[in-house]
Amino acid sequence: MKTYLPLVIVLVIASAYGLWYQRSRGAIRTVKAVPGNRLGADVLGEALGSRATMVQFSSAFCAPCRATHTLLSQMVTAMEDVKHIHIDAESHLELVRQLDIRSTPTTLFLNSEGVEVGRAAGTPKREQVLAALNAI
Amino acid sequence: MSEILDKPEVARIYIDARGPRFGAVITTTVLAIALVTMNEWVLLVQALVFAIGAIRGPQFTPYGLIFKKFIKPRLSKEAPTEDVRPPKFAQSVGLIFALVGLVGAFSGANVVFTVAVGFALGAAFLNAAFNYCLGCEMYLLGLRLTSK
Repeated sequence: MKTYLPLVIVLVIASAYGLWYQRSRGAIRTVKAVPGNRLGADVLGEALGSRATMVQFSSAFCAPCRATHTLLSQMVTAMEDVKHIHIDAESHLELVRQLDIRSTPTTLFLNSEGVEVGRAAGTPKREQVLAALNAI
Repeated sequence: MSEILDKPEVARIYIDARGPRFGAVITTTVLAIALVTMNEWVLLVQALVFAIGAIRGPQFTPYGLIFKKFIKPRLSKEAPTEDVRPPKFAQSVGLIFALVGLVGAFSGANVVFTVAVGFALGAAFLNAAFNYCLGCEMYLLGLRLTSK
């Protein structure tokens, strides 16, 4: 008994999802900002940057978390007023739920007040990060 | 600071990142054959491969060995490396779907077989075609749903 229908259905759905996935990963979206929701050293464990802070959530089963960490930590070495804070999502589940982090790596862009002004799921590109930081 | 990425033991579990992706191409093909022919024995073979990948690591599966022996020598010497844990996680998820599919097949529930193989195939295809990171997307969601 041979049937091609399930195969076709799976490939069509997976391709559509894959194209969306490829397009959306790394994009920094600004719409998610919730002005009332302020983050500070009390929950993040480290002081904020004087102008901006990038808060990266990572997990162990995540290959692009490393690339993101390398990119962001390297970028902030040249910036005095921007900080990169790295958080293990697994051991901060309450914060993860509160901020509705769904996948790793997710990076939040905070202004000097600790208000989220953008977030990126996946590894963002260097230019995108620079543009987001310049907009803060 | 980045304790989850930089534990000393992590350095020892780095593998060629192209290996698991090559494995995903073969896995996609095998699962597609299982789905089209509704053949539970093909799925059983793939389940054994998933089990090796989940327990020992994808570099020890037959697909990993084919990559090492025949494919890797033809590729660029500069290999992108990656942590073995994300692909191992993906192999575990594949194993769960394969086991569910086998239970379905051997108990006569063909719909269970088709749906389970369909999901495993979808994940393998996403990995092969789009470099999809199953651990990135599913692990945290799973944790959020299963822990209080």
